Amino acid sequence: MQPSGYDPNSPGHLDATFAALADPTRRAILARLASGEASVLELAEPFAISQPAISKHLKVLERAGLISRGRDAQRRPCRLEARPLAEANEWLEGYRQFWEASFQRLDALLEEMKSQKKPQRTKRGDRR
Amino acid sequence: MTNAGTLNITTPTDREIAFTRVFDAPRELVFDAFTKPELLKRWMFGPDGWSLAVCEVDWQVGGKLRYVWRRDSNGTEMGMGGVVLEIVPPERLVATEKFDESWYPGEAVSTIVLVEDGGKTTLTQTIRYESREARDAVLRSPMEEGVAAGYDRLEKLLASWA
Repeated sequence: MQPSGYDPNSPGHLDATFAALADPTRRAILARLASGEASVLELAEPFAISQPAISKHLKVLERAGLISRGRDAQRRPCRLEARPLAEANEWLEGYRQFWEASFQRLDALLEEMKSQKKPQRTKRGDRR
Repeated sequence: MTNAGTLNITTPTDREIAFTRVFDAPRELVFDAFTKPELLKRWMFGPDGWSLAVCEVDWQVGGKLRYVWRRDSNGTEMGMGGVVLEIVPPERLVATEKFDESWYPGEAVSTIVLVEDGGKTTLTQTIRYESREARDAVLRSPMEEGVAAGYDRLEKLLASWA
């Protein structure tokens, strides 16, 4: 079942994902759903905001394809849809990998520079 | 490494990517490591298997910057050029940047700020793109290294929000 509003081929879908993720309450909701499905009531519980406000956040998440709602008319449990989230994370992750790998090497280089620096102090203004 | 800092990446506005990282060294050294080609070549090339094959940098206002990364296994290259807009040793570097085979519109402006406190240096780099589309295209750049969706990573991400 494809969550409504989520089209992986649409260039806009990541925009929707990032926009949905920009809000701390929505991120907290997703974090909660990572440990299993929950009803609106259950989701509203830890937050100091009204149930209608939570419902609004859920609509945004649903439109972005990040969650889906069950059919059970009473509970309509919310469930995390991992795919768009994994995809959004993947982008950032590629970027992160590049810099993390680089910076770990830089840590080692800086250690080396620190130990070399002691005997001969580099002159100021002598830079390229 | 025991003192490896945590890399924080954020998207402060819809046109920007920013990251912060703490280094256990005075900022003069970090500044040198970011500006001297012989030092840059030793660290700024992402995952193992790549190298910074070309690094020509003229760090003065209006000076040109040129980097080419190469994947050692198959010779794939990725080049980037830029122009220096501002340099204040050892605390601030501002330059334009543009990949050769640009897959995103326009040029970006990178601002690096180094702040030292008690012998440690906090680096903040903010890269501003011409549009949100450009920024998002960079986030799915070819820097990616055989990324599989990885639900464990997803879990980590969610845990970090909880």
